Amino acid sequence: MRGQREDPTRMDRTSYTIFRPYNPSSGQRSDRSAGDRLRHRQKVREAIRNNIADIIAEESIIGKDNNRIIKVPIRGVKEYRFVYGDNAPGVGQGGDQEPQPGQVVGQGDQSKQPGQAGDRPGIDYYETDVSLDEIIDLMFEDLELPDLERKRLRQLEVEKQFRQKGFRRKGIRVRLDKKRTARSRLKRKKASQRKEVPAGLSKRFPFHRDDLRYHHSVNDLRRESNAVVLCIMDTSGSMDTMKKYLARSFFFILYQFICSRYQNVEIVFIAHHTEAQEVTEEDFFHKGESGGTFVSSGYNKALEIINQRYHPALWNVYVFHCSDGDNFDSDNPAALKAATELAQSSNLFGYGEIKPLGAGYYGSSLIQLFSQIEAANFQTIQIHRKEDIWTSFKTFLAKDRAREDAA
Amino acid sequence: MQHNLTTLLTMDYTIHDLEDWNSRILQAVHQVGLDPYPQEFEICDHEDMLSYMVYSGMPSHYPHWSYGKSFEKLKTLYDYGVSGLPYEMVINSNPSIAYLMRDNSLALQILTIAHVYGHNDFFKNNFTFSATRAQYTIETFKSHANRARHYVEDPSIGLERVERILDAAHALSLQCRRNLSIRKLSAEEQLENKVQESHPPADPFGAIHRRPEYVSPDFNKVPLYPEEDLLIFVRDHNPHLADWEKDLLTIVHEQAQYFIPQIETKIMNEGWASFWHKRILESLELPQNLHLEFIVRHTQVLRPTPGGLNPYHVGMKVWENIEKRWDQPTAEEEKEYGRRNKSGTEKLFEVREVERDASFLRRYLTEELVRELNLFEYRTRGNEQVVSRVADDQNWRQIKETLIQNVGTSTIPVIKVEDSDYNNNRTLFLRHYHDGRDLQLEYAEKTLQYLHQLWGHEVALETFLDSRRSLLSYSDNRLAIKNAS
Repeated sequence: MRGQREDPTRMDRTSYTIFRPYNPSSGQRSDRSAGDRLRHRQKVREAIRNNIADIIAEESIIGKDNNRIIKVPIRGVKEYRFVYGDNAPGVGQGGDQEPQPGQVVGQGDQSKQPGQAGDRPGIDYYETDVSLDEIIDLMFEDLELPDLERKRLRQLEVEKQFRQKGFRRKGIRVRLDKKRTARSRLKRKKASQRKEVPAGLSKRFPFHRDDLRYHHSVNDLRRESNAVVLCIMDTSGSMDTMKKYLARSFFFILYQFICSRYQNVEIVFIAHHTEAQEVTEEDFFHKGESGGTFVSSGYNKALEIINQRYHPALWNVYVFHCSDGDNFDSDNPAALKAATELAQSSNLFGYGEIKPLGAGYYGSSLIQLFSQIEAANFQTIQIHRKEDIWTSFKTFLAKDRAREDAA
Repeated sequence: MQHNLTTLLTMDYTIHDLEDWNSRILQAVHQVGLDPYPQEFEICDHEDMLSYMVYSGMPSHYPHWSYGKSFEKLKTLYDYGVSGLPYEMVINSNPSIAYLMRDNSLALQILTIAHVYGHNDFFKNNFTFSATRAQYTIETFKSHANRARHYVEDPSIGLERVERILDAAHALSLQCRRNLSIRKLSAEEQLENKVQESHPPADPFGAIHRRPEYVSPDFNKVPLYPEEDLLIFVRDHNPHLADWEKDLLTIVHEQAQYFIPQIETKIMNEGWASFWHKRILESLELPQNLHLEFIVRHTQVLRPTPGGLNPYHVGMKVWENIEKRWDQPTAEEEKEYGRRNKSGTEKLFEVREVERDASFLRRYLTEELVRELNLFEYRTRGNEQVVSRVADDQNWRQIKETLIQNVGTSTIPVIKVEDSDYNNNRTLFLRHYHDGRDLQLEYAEKTLQYLHQLWGHEVALETFLDSRRSLLSYSDNRLAIKNAS
């Protein structure tokens, strides 16, 4: 090989070919797309926030594991151009078998075909991996339990972040306190000078690592009010799979919201048909029952629990009820009475009526009946579709703000 | 020294091996008559390669979130093993720069180096690249990057506003002139042409014919002739754009122009490089183990992708067919075209210089090849692609036509600015030169929105939707579709 390399004619031709060897450190140093990835990530988050109603409508979210990664379809980070639509034919190569006219060769997304990537619109989905936690953070960023009052024997801890507390010599860049850093440099400079240096002779006196001062901040815990949330769900026979699914989705979001924002909120689950009973979280989200419907039974159970354990004088009480409104007529007066009482003893009583579209119009509605209740903290809402869940949820929690605005 | 050591530990070859092989390959390259730019190779790892892919191989490139997006996408595909990485990447510059993957085996590197010279030769000699100013490529991209970064860092401009312009510019960047070797006429020349055209054609019997009525051309119309460079037109005719906005439009336009020749010659270019890497490696008399691996790799790259279209495969088949038909024409062909006055090789080099994908396929994709490549045409029905034509006697021409419509810039709808003062209210009027393929409406709407943002007034696009002449006009944040009667 050596001999060949020294062949003069060869030297002449290879002389201008340059081989640059691999430089392992350059790869680590220059992660050149980092900035663009970050910006893209921010846009994705923005898009998620704008599409949260759709994401929640995805069945896959209803579950328990907060670390679970879910695929989120996103609109809004697409790059648009003028492209041809569906009536533009394409050409492909057949494999081992002869293609036959009428044979199906592909599904939907044409852009996946090699050789023509990028010149056709892909399917609308751009999927990204997001953990459920991340979504919940985004969802609940600006929501709170409404009308939270200060009650005695406060327990509920509200995390108020970043109270400033002193200074440290170590820290992250963004917390650098420039003024103090400059001052400590001056101190060190003065201390190092034994006698006055004549003007003009002063040497550069750079910052030293020891000069750096950083803000220190601590997470601040404050005890706030006590709160309990009562979730009442209709589990009667008229609640079909779809209705139950909608109700559970609603409660699941509520549950996630409370868990993520408040550390010590009590949650009580009540399932009712003609009778009501307090159930565990597991049963509430996963078990089905059947039978007729006495809404009043659920309300009375709730009242009973409130009186026994969560006296309104000490507790902020939030009651949410989901039902299809298909109550036995004979129970209506009792239900009305119990609902009125519940509204009196709670900060907020939300009733969500689940009427899937196309589920028939025979069902009666409790909303009409409840319109007689005049309490300001009573709120009814109808949920028709999966997409309504998020809006109805926000409506419930935004209630006090709306009222304040009106006032 | 340390670097060399790592290199030794992780690779089954050294840089010196590569240099030795390179000199042998170069000799072969010159022997077969290829004429490349000087070549530089850089050995990189897979992360580097991903980055180069995202930024089109450029050592420096202006930032934009879309590159972050494609990086994430490529990385996910790569990490999950859905798709591998290319063995190499070459950029059209003088000297040409190519990146070789560190983890590839020696046989693969040899194949790749030969392949790179094929591309390099094509860049240097194909007519479509003649306007790309290859000697300034790296500097141009660097200057673009610096300017864009400068605007991002300028406190009076900032990332968000730069991004807004870039988003819009990216959407429109490929709406530009397709054949850069045709000179763009200056404003004066266009005016002159207009005057020329207004004169009646020379008529030898003018004495006995009635003199045609003179129609004075509308010299006030802007543009005088339909204009294809959308970004440049907006830049030059929207007085409200700031200098930095105009500069960003220029940057995006220049980059798009740089890449148009590569879009235009994908099949030819890949076919050419594959054709020659095969020839060159066969001439090298590789030791057996290397030769076996070469055959395996070569077959992997060149195998047809059922349902799709492998440009390497299609391109190489056509090149081989040209050589064969010119070297050993059949009696039938001799009868039809007369005696060949060129050898196969001469013909190859001529074609490499003067064609691009559309003309290449139109001239040299024969019926025999359409059959051999097993091409078929498909159409979208509902959510499925269904085979509509297969390569038989009646249909092969149509399949060829469809293929030509799906290569190079024929995949980009032709849209030109016709009038910048439509209805006398500064509406920008565009016409889509419809060829049977409708625009995708959602994309058209969003793209018009971007154009509206840049133009600052209403924009209207005339096109055909379901065979009806329609006018899509975008203003006040919404799209209106009017069907012309």
